Formats: sequence, C-alpha cells, structure tokens
Amino acid sequence: MNLIEFPLVDKIITNSVISTTLNDLSNWSRLSSLWSLLYGTSCCFIKFASLIGSQFNFDRYGLVPRSSPRQADLILTAGTITMKMAPSLVRLYEQMAEPKYVIVMGACTITGGMFNNDSYSTIHGVDKLIPVDVYLPGCPPKPEAVIDAITKLRKKISQEIFEDRTVS
Amino acid sequence: MTVPATKKDFMIVNMGPHHPSMHGVLRLIVTLDGEDVIDCEPILGYLHRGMEKIAENRTIIQYLPYVTRWDYLATMFTEAITVNAPEQLENVQVPKRASYIRVIMLELSRIASHLLWLGPFMADIGAQTPFFYIFRERELIYDLFEAATGMRMMHNYFRIGGVAADLPYGWIDKCLDFCDYFLTGIVEYQKLITRNPIFLERVEGVGIIGGEEAINWGLSGPMLRASGIQWDLRKIDNYECYNEFDWEVQWQKEGDSLARYLVRIGEMRESIKIIQQALEGIPGGPYENLEVRRFDRAKNSEWNDFEYRFISKKPSPNFELSKQELYVRVEAPKGELGIYLIGDNSVFPWRWKIRPPGFINLQILPQLVKRMKLADIMTILGSIDIIMGEVDR
Repeated sequence: MNLIEFPLVDKIITNSVISTTLNDLSNWSRLSSLWSLLYGTSCCFIKFASLIGSQFNFDRYGLVPRSSPRQADLILTAGTITMKMAPSLVRLYEQMAEPKYVIVMGACTITGGMFNNDSYSTIHGVDKLIPVDVYLPGCPPKPEAVIDAITKLRKKISQEIFEDRTVS
Repeated sequence: MTVPATKKDFMIVNMGPHHPSMHGVLRLIVTLDGEDVIDCEPILGYLHRGMEKIAENRTIIQYLPYVTRWDYLATMFTEAITVNAPEQLENVQVPKRASYIRVIMLELSRIASHLLWLGPFMADIGAQTPFFYIFRERELIYDLFEAATGMRMMHNYFRIGGVAADLPYGWIDKCLDFCDYFLTGIVEYQKLITRNPIFLERVEGVGIIGGEEAINWGLSGPMLRASGIQWDLRKIDNYECYNEFDWEVQWQKEGDSLARYLVRIGEMRESIKIIQQALEGIPGGPYENLEVRRFDRAKNSEWNDFEYRFISKKPSPNFELSKQELYVRVEAPKGELGIYLIGDNSVFPWRWKIRPPGFINLQILPQLVKRMKLADIMTILGSIDIIMGEVDR
C-alpha cells in the first residue's frame, strides 16, 4: 500500500490538508505534549529542575511539569528510591492515567548505582517496581542527556500501534 | 442531621512525600483546626541510603563520590569536610595555592546553594519568576565548575592535601567576569523581591526564633545569624585562609523569615567579595600547573619541596587513619556541617558520623508552625533551608 508517488489528494489540495492515519495522529498528539510529573527524590532532581529553567528549556518539547499524578503522563524517576519511598512511587505510578510512560533517570534508579554495594535500604533499580520505557544513565545525567532520552521516548511513542494499548 | 456548631474535631492532613514544592521527600503530618496549625510532625527517612555505614567500607578517596550526594546543592562543602577530617587527623599541611583554590570553590558553591534555596522558596510563596533567574545564574556557576573539575555538580575535586587539578588557563578571568555580572544580578533580586509588599506580608513576622532559643535548639548557619547571634565558623575557626580576606559576618536581629532571607542575600554578596579578593591574590601565579606527580627522585630539585608535594596525590589507598578521634566542622551554607571521625589504624574509618545542618535545623519546625496558618508552613519550611539528601543521609 506504500506508493512511490505522492497521493492524489496532496497534489490537488496543497497547503490546507494533511493526510495521515488515526494511529499516527494519536501518536503525534501524545508525544508532542508529554506532561511530566514534578517528581524527584535527590540529586537527579536538580538536573531535572534545571531543564525547566531557561537554558535547557524543555517546554519547547511540550513538557510542562505537573504536580499531580492525575494530570501527568510521564514520570521521570529522578533520585534514589529507598525501601521507604517505594510504595509511594508505585502509588504515584498507579494514579497516573493511561497512556503513561516512564523514563528512569540516573544510575541510582537503573540499578541502584553507587548504592548497590553496602547500602541496606536502597532499591537496586526501579524496574523492580514499575515498567520502564527508557533508561537514562548518568550520575547525574547532563540536561542534554535528559533531552536525548525524551527524544528517544518520542521516537518510541511515534512507533506505537493503537490496538496494542487498548487490547492488552 | 446537624452537627452542633460547638463540636469541632481537629483535622489531620498529610503533606506526603510527594508534593509540589521542591524540598525533597519530607512528609509532614499536620493537625489543623480550620486554618490554624495545632501541631506538625515531620517524618523523615524517605531518602536514607546508609551513607555512614557505607563509609566504614571505603577509603577516603573511594568515599569522595558519595559525599557530594549528601548536600547536592553545595557539593564543595561536603568534599571539603571529607578531606579536612583526615588532614586534621594526620596533620597534613595544605599549600597556599590549593587553599586559595579551595576557598574560591567553596564560596562559589555557597552562592550556588543560596541561589537554589531562593528559587524554591519564592516558588512556594507564589512567585515563579525568581526560579528562572536563579537557574540562569546557576548555569554560569556550573560552567565554571565544569571547566575546572569536569562535572557540573558532583565534582570529586578535593583531595587530601590539596585539590585534584589546577585551574585551567583563563578560568580566573571568567570567574572575575562572573563576579561582576552577579553583583548586578543581586541588585535585580533586591528590586524584585526585597521591597515587594506581597513578599513582605508573607514573610515578615513569620516563624520568629529568639536568640536564646536558637542556641538551645542547636541551630547553626543563617538561622542562628538571623536571630542576632554573630556566629560564623569562618571567623571563629579560621580554617583554610579566610582570615586573609576582608569580609563581614552577615546577621540580622529579628529572627523571622525575612531576616533569614536577608542574611542569605547578604552572604551571597560577601561571598562575591571573598572570591574577588582570592582571585586577585592567588599565589603562585595564575597559570602554574601544580599537577606534578612524577618526580625524578635522583635529582634533588626544589620540586621535591613541601609546596609541591601533596598536590594531586593520585589514589593509592594507602592513607592510613591512625587510632584517634576528631570532630571537624565547616560553615556550610545551611549551617554547621561536621564529621566525627574515629580512625582505626587502617585505611577504612571505624566510625564516620555526619552532623548534618539540615537535620538539626529541622527540629525546630514543629515549634515554629504552632499557631501559624496553613500557608505559613511552606514559608517557614523554606526559610529553614533543608535538603533531604543530608537530612536523611
């Protein structure tokens, strides 16, 4: 079904009509305005907050930090998760509405990071608690790296198929 | 069914570990009577990672990356105290140039910490704009740190006996430019915030601590100086080379949140003064490379003298801590940061006790919020300036 020539519609009506599929439209609308949860436990949160600032403005990607999980569709787990904080994180994740995405930020949340040895209360990786879409290494990752992770997440969202979400 | 108007129960509200302010994972259980706060119970421990236990299995060099994660806004102070503890335990001298570089880095870190205190403090009160201003200045400081140490935030720069590497070529000029720019920045904050009537209404007279009370609770840092007590460890202990510069201790008398705000803004100005004096007076010439690791031991040159000796001692974990105990402290931007170190004749410390300023200063919160309105809790909590990385360790 993929023709080489441009479809007839585009030749006749040039600037006012965009033809797309419903799947692509829904993916585009979701990836262009990922509202993230203003969540952070420790040092990675400072890097996340500096993204809100004017130098690494992440509002240009459509991200607006929201405080309530009901209004957010992306959670960037920034900061070490300890055993005391884990139920809280899972509850926040469950309170977010579908479709929701998780970017796991920083070494502490990917595998426990520098607290992997010897620390009795750190959770060795947040993927033991919630399903993860993008892993972002760094300790802490530079803001440019966080933007790279968001770009990869957008690419991932753009390849989603609508039926997978609703049927499963 | 009507409830008689005289029967009232107190309402217990949980301001849970996740909240819109940026203080970190602190949980407050607040007992309310309408809008008035009856009691407030802070619950900590959501970020407890076992830093003190980890220290018992690491040499000092191996432990340095962990310490910046206590107070991740003022990272140089945590590193400074981690190397100060063994230095004072074993009487290691620090050359003059390294001392000056340390002072410059510490004061830059102090400015960075106060800036990132100011942003969330104003955001909690309701003013969103200063938040963007501080990140603009903080990015400049980050660039300076990245040029000198390689990382924006978690530097791992201090070593026992000096610093890891000398300042790069041209850093001093850039730092002087930053100082000039920042003084205009502080004027901007004064114009925007300090005489703003809405800000003053929210902050004046809120959370008053008396001088006696501050000493009894064991407070330190700007909380103590805002209550009329001129106690600044940089003047009292005379560590590094602070006594060679001309600066003053910032203090206020009233003890309310406005006084704490003014003390911190004043401290930022004093830090710029110290940095400018240190940059102009830095010994050894600005472009000298101190990274001499390989000496030709056969030749008896001046390079084996004291001044060039302990610089950039690369990690071979042979620095043994003898069996003594010692308490070291620095004036961190949040208060008095201290380490109580018990050595054990081995490369690992026996006990590494951290005295975090935020933890001690947070004790006064339930006392201060009694009889205040619900909205004042965030003002008071913001003005105490805590950071959960060090409160919980």
